[in-house]
Amino acid sequence: MKNDPKILPERGFTRREFLKSSGGVALFIGASGLMSQLISCSDTEGIKEQLEKHPITAWVQITEDGEITIYNPAAEMGQGSMTSLPLLFAEEMDADWSRVRVEFSPQESDIYGSEGWAPGSKLMFTVGSRTTKAYYPVMRKAGAQARYILRSSAADHWGVPLAETSTKNSEVIHTSGKKISYGDLVPYLTVPEDMPDISENDLKKQEDFELVGKYIPRTELPSKTDGSAQFAIDIILPNMVYAVLERGNLHGASPTLLNEAEILAMDGVLKLVPFDYAIGVVAKSLEQALSAKKQLNIKWGDSPASGFNSQEVYATYEKIANQADKGRILNEIGSVDNAASIAAKSYTADFKNDYVYHAQMEPLNAIIQVAEDGQSAEVWVGSQQGPDTKLGVPDILGIPPEKVNVHLQYLGGGFGRRSMNDFVEECAFIAKEMAPLAVKLMWTREDDVGYGAFRPLSLQRLRASLDNQGNITGFSHCVIGDGGHLVASGARNDHYNIPNQLVEWRSATHGVRLKHWRAVGHGANKFAIECMLDEVAFQQNMDPVALRRKLMANSPRALATLEKVVEISNWNGPLKEGRAKGVSFVEHGSLGTGVCEISVDRKTGKIRVHHFWIAVDAGVIVQPDNVKAQMEGGIIMGMSSVLNEQITIKDGRVEQSNYHNYPLLRMQDVPDSIETVLIDSNEIPEGVGETATPMVAGAIANAFLKLTGKRLRHIPFTPERVLAILNS
Amino acid sequence: MANFKLNINGKIQEVDVDPNTPLLWVLREHLNLVGAKYGCGIAQCGSCTVHVQGVAVRSCMLAVSTVGNQEITTIEGLSENGEHPVQEAWLELDVPQCGYCQTGQIMTAAALLENNPNPSDEEIDMAMNGNICRCGTYVRIKKAIKLAANS
Repeated sequence: MKNDPKILPERGFTRREFLKSSGGVALFIGASGLMSQLISCSDTEGIKEQLEKHPITAWVQITEDGEITIYNPAAEMGQGSMTSLPLLFAEEMDADWSRVRVEFSPQESDIYGSEGWAPGSKLMFTVGSRTTKAYYPVMRKAGAQARYILRSSAADHWGVPLAETSTKNSEVIHTSGKKISYGDLVPYLTVPEDMPDISENDLKKQEDFELVGKYIPRTELPSKTDGSAQFAIDIILPNMVYAVLERGNLHGASPTLLNEAEILAMDGVLKLVPFDYAIGVVAKSLEQALSAKKQLNIKWGDSPASGFNSQEVYATYEKIANQADKGRILNEIGSVDNAASIAAKSYTADFKNDYVYHAQMEPLNAIIQVAEDGQSAEVWVGSQQGPDTKLGVPDILGIPPEKVNVHLQYLGGGFGRRSMNDFVEECAFIAKEMAPLAVKLMWTREDDVGYGAFRPLSLQRLRASLDNQGNITGFSHCVIGDGGHLVASGARNDHYNIPNQLVEWRSATHGVRLKHWRAVGHGANKFAIECMLDEVAFQQNMDPVALRRKLMANSPRALATLEKVVEISNWNGPLKEGRAKGVSFVEHGSLGTGVCEISVDRKTGKIRVHHFWIAVDAGVIVQPDNVKAQMEGGIIMGMSSVLNEQITIKDGRVEQSNYHNYPLLRMQDVPDSIETVLIDSNEIPEGVGETATPMVAGAIANAFLKLTGKRLRHIPFTPERVLAILNS
Repeated sequence: MANFKLNINGKIQEVDVDPNTPLLWVLREHLNLVGAKYGCGIAQCGSCTVHVQGVAVRSCMLAVSTVGNQEITTIEGLSENGEHPVQEAWLELDVPQCGYCQTGQIMTAAALLENNPNPSDEEIDMAMNGNICRCGTYVRIKKAIKLAANS
């Protein structure tokens, strides 16, 4: 699939166009499981009727030559949905995987959504590591329905009882040994009079899986090695113009443009579009738009962030933590205050986390074309989708959602940033002005950093109370920071048996834009929790593993990950001079324990991570190699954020602008090995995208404590900070 | 505006652009060779890597006027059907995740192996250090380069 020059992108289609244009037969499976229809694709009237009468779902298309197309309802941002979800469908359909093609489904959550947060609701939203878990029942059931229709059609065709048929590898097989391929069945496909509901018992047993749990190469990888994979930023439409915005680096400040006439006179400049917080420039070419952006002379007003200095705010946070009044209680078991009052020993520590930035490799962008009459729009975007699958565009254009067609493209990284539609809305606003010209809106890297939406800065104050046996009897965790759930997620301890626990959040507001960042609050909170446990172990002269083993006594699945990682990391084995190991546990849907081995250069303060070992229990594993890839990537992103990354705000302004002053981890700092063991399980699948990242800070800091007897309690552990601690 | 005749993937392509336009924008927005990606615009991330006379260069900071008639190779021209040994090794080890930086990674790796068919770990680190991968596929990239070197 090489990109042909100047040809409209093929991926993405309206439901109707897809139905009309597809060859062969589209197999429609009723969303309820009871309403099944088969419609010849040339029968456009029949299709229209069906679409109007029933909320039907089209998950698969089979052609007479046996090619099977399965539709993926989730965003593909490198996490593997383009393979894992169709694979589940193909497994239950008994499709020949070598004949399966995968395409994105239309962005229609009533049809293609998985169960949403509210009971009975449906959602297309690739966030929170929810995709595999949420679609596991949906895709399997739909695949089983497809298989049922194929079997019953073959049984009718042969005039034999359904019970005498079975399926394997895209064939229906009769007990007599007679076979017919799915492709050859297409002319005979009929819908059973009464399509039975598919129950859990009709689905395959785990031991019968032929695709799930096996090594299956990811479907889109050939296109990601030959350059043909299409990201939104790659789209070029006829009569397309380019838009860029200057948003400044003081979030929410109002601009006054002082040289409008000069800009409008520049080569290629077509229009200036003012926003409350930015000035937009539209030009014929990208380079002309960028040149004009550079020449903008803007006077910026103040914003709620004015006067805010991120590195000074921790003193304020400490004062907030000192206040006797508790904040919002997020979890309470027993009474930590009682536990503290009778404790033989108590330990208190503060943990700090600077802002971090997503740094997804594809800067934000969108392409939108509004029809001349303003009554419809086509949108090409790499998005993590959302409760509004039309990404805010209908409201901006003042048209109904069904008039907006979203063509989802591959995402050049998401990490939470693309679950926010600000860039799509900006593009819609400009495309409305420029209709019927298509508009490609691009964020430069400087825009992406300076007007980023960061993982919030936070302070965690933890207190552990111990009885005279050295048991942890109380554990309180106070989070201070902006953003609610963004700072508070991951502060609970559901797998540590501690009788008295408290999690509370005390708020702060700074006017800096914030957003979910891979693993969200887990990054900061697991760091604090896991370091606090090692602090206790250190003070009590206990092995950190022995301490956790005791705490996990009632959580066998968590404990199994600990025992496994202890084994593969040779936790008690000999170490090279100048090295130490640290352990950390995380639950984020799946359960994982990680061990790292580090050394530190005492002259420069640079920490080197030599090895990382992970044991993870994610329930049924759909794609084992891909789970390992997620662990590897999660560790690297964790290391990058923990060792290097820091956004600082001075007088409300973001001080970083690009990779030269926001350094990411590079090849030279990669560990010699990252080894993952997957724990066998027949429990439902859990997400794996956010389990590894938050284990990194705790594991490194705990190894550092063992190695040096000193404490790393402020992320990132930059060489300067590490050196200061070593010399303290 | 000025007219430039560029030798790209063995074909002469003509464009009419401002002489200061970075080669990356010429490739992507004018010639629809979109395999080279925009990541930073300041030669810090390597997503835009192409070969100029066989050398890996960052096309985002290379003004089109400085290219002349030098041979430019982009990912689209690296091999006929994605069968360059580096591309095959990438597939063998399932290297890409989001995939956005990978064409740049592959172009850098291909240039490395062209000049140094059996690089050491340190030589791989040095050559690949200019290419950022946010998904964190580095461990597999390194393995794939060694696999390609041995193929």
